[in-house]
Amino acid sequence: MKITSHPFFKVFKTFFLVDLISGMYLTLRYMFKKKVTLMYPYEKGSLSVRFRGEHALRRYPNGEERCIACKLCEAVCPAQAITIEAEEREDGSRRTTRYDIDMTKCIYCGLCEEACPVDAIVEGPNFEFSTETREELYYDKDKLLSNGDRWEVEIAERLEREALGR
Amino acid sequence: MINITALLFYVFSGVLLTAALMVVTSRNTVHGVLFLIVAFFNAAGLFILAGAEFLAMILVVVYVGAVAVLFLFVVMMLNIDLGEIRQNIRSYSLIGAFIGGVLLAELLLMGIGWHTSPEAFDLTTAPMAGLNVSNTQALGNLLYTHYALAFQGAGLILLVAMIGAIVLTLRHREGVRRQKVGDQQARQAKDSLRLVDIPSGSGV
Amino acid sequence: MLDALLSLLPLVGTIILIVVLLLLAVAYLTLVERKVIAAMQLRVGPNVVGWFGLLQPFADGLKLLHKETIIPTRANPLIFLVAPLITFGLSLSAWAVIPFSPGWVIANINVGVLYLFAISSLGVYGIIIAGWASNSKYAFLGALRSAAQMVSYEVSIGLVIIAVLLSAGSMNLTSIVESQKGLWYVIPHLPMAVIFIISALAETNRAPFDLPEAEAELVSGYNVEYSSMTFALFFLGEYANMILMSTMGTILFLGGWLPPLDMAPFTLIPGVVWFFLKVSFLLFIFLWVRATFPRYRYDQLMHLGWKVFLPFSLAWVMITASVVVMLGVIKA
Repeated sequence: MKITSHPFFKVFKTFFLVDLISGMYLTLRYMFKKKVTLMYPYEKGSLSVRFRGEHALRRYPNGEERCIACKLCEAVCPAQAITIEAEEREDGSRRTTRYDIDMTKCIYCGLCEEACPVDAIVEGPNFEFSTETREELYYDKDKLLSNGDRWEVEIAERLEREALGR
Repeated sequence: MINITALLFYVFSGVLLTAALMVVTSRNTVHGVLFLIVAFFNAAGLFILAGAEFLAMILVVVYVGAVAVLFLFVVMMLNIDLGEIRQNIRSYSLIGAFIGGVLLAELLLMGIGWHTSPEAFDLTTAPMAGLNVSNTQALGNLLYTHYALAFQGAGLILLVAMIGAIVLTLRHREGVRRQKVGDQQARQAKDSLRLVDIPSGSGV
Repeated sequence: MLDALLSLLPLVGTIILIVVLLLLAVAYLTLVERKVIAAMQLRVGPNVVGWFGLLQPFADGLKLLHKETIIPTRANPLIFLVAPLITFGLSLSAWAVIPFSPGWVIANINVGVLYLFAISSLGVYGIIIAGWASNSKYAFLGALRSAAQMVSYEVSIGLVIIAVLLSAGSMNLTSIVESQKGLWYVIPHLPMAVIFIISALAETNRAPFDLPEAEAELVSGYNVEYSSMTFALFFLGEYANMILMSTMGTILFLGGWLPPLDMAPFTLIPGVVWFFLKVSFLLFIFLWVRATFPRYRYDQLMHLGWKVFLPFSLAWVMITASVVVMLGVIKA
């Protein structure tokens, strides 16, 4: 018979608060362990390549915008956050005249990205786009295109790596 | 120069009487209890002025710290409808007035017939001046020697009251599953955990 | 008259000094609490405002001060505002009788322990009045829980105090400390010391007995309707009470300002330092327990108070009384 199952030991354990003390010893040990805190603005955690952050409209390497105004993203968007108006451009190609995303409505599901046949609308790795007013969160086409220009390197790399997993 | 002790006495007793008056006149019962607490406090102040700091502290601990809390508890939980009480006040007013009259008459008789013994003043003021002990000790000496029986009797009465309250409210119900802390503490993994090796594909 | 007033000046100065030091201690206790609990959860805690977050308490205080004091429409405004004042005032007034070192005490009264006990038993009023005056379900339920809990655990604290009183033979805090020369009461009265600490946790509504403010059930309990300065007063009062309870524990069980051994290296350090160290240790236990244990269930709390602590401490008081009489410390 092990000593721990002896009735006397059980009484001893209850009376001398052995369970409580062992619990407190555990927290005391943890107090001196290495901390796991990331000093956020200075240190950041790694993001998955499939992370769905701020939206961006991409361009082809020659500078031509990818979006062909097929409106698939607008149709698939479950939060109805995307508004698109399209017109024929002077050279006869179909382009958007308006591409708005209401970031306050968006649920960051990534369906727009999935629906896009030309990889134009993507959700990039940026998650630090808080603003001081709501108005700033109603993104228009210029904002989205400039996002695309700014994040193109990261977005392209992530798309490439993500494609390996498909 | 103003005698500070006398001033304090009048402040304490004045507030005490005002608070006591407010206890019986205030509309809101919770306010009534709060005024009662103020009254207790000032009574404790009077005790301290009289040099009885032990009694003062006991008054605060027992009456303010415990009894009045329970009062407050009960009064807060009750939903008192003043209108309903006022409706019934007519039917009770006659008998109430009668009892009040009898009590008043008794008090008046007492007041008229009251005689103060000539030595009473000397007996009551500072009885331990010559004893050279703290009043806690003096009180203890008196309570546990001369008044030991009465003291124990008072304790017994309180005990009976407590047991009575428990008996009145205690109901043993069938089929109530109570937590047994001891059993839970004594429980170990091998008492309740069974490791079973099930060959895959055979089901449980 | 003027002379009489002038003679009061040193006293007023001492009181102001103690209050300021106490408030400072409360401010840094909140920081230490956050730091210690963070460390036990492998975090670092506040470290941005000032070096190591040393200015964090003041930032928090300033934030609270410039918020609006909201008085709920259906609340009873006068009583609503008086409640935090009661809590805060009581937590300060208890310090009048605390001896920090031989002679370092504002009022060295004969019934010091009873005074402390009386003040701590009044602490429940601030809470229960706050709960009632807020006219809110959560606040009221929190207040009821708190009142029942504090009244219950006061009983065991009272009996613990009696056991110490019997050994010391005095209710004066200074003589209680001095009677522990050579042997702190934590050694002969170890079970009572444990009960005292646990009851102190319950009395100050700290985890694992923080049912009155159980976030999951009661949002934050009795102070849910309070904001800004009124909330700050509650907060200060609660933490001051924690410090007070630790101080009581130090005086009753850990020998106050006495050094652990009456020998050269220990006696060189002034008594106040020992006092401070002991209080800090007990406060650390408060935080340590909070970081370790989950919240009690209400019926278990009552069970522990009435069916475990009360009989045990009652028996211990009787044993202590018998031993004291047997050893002839006090003549029967």
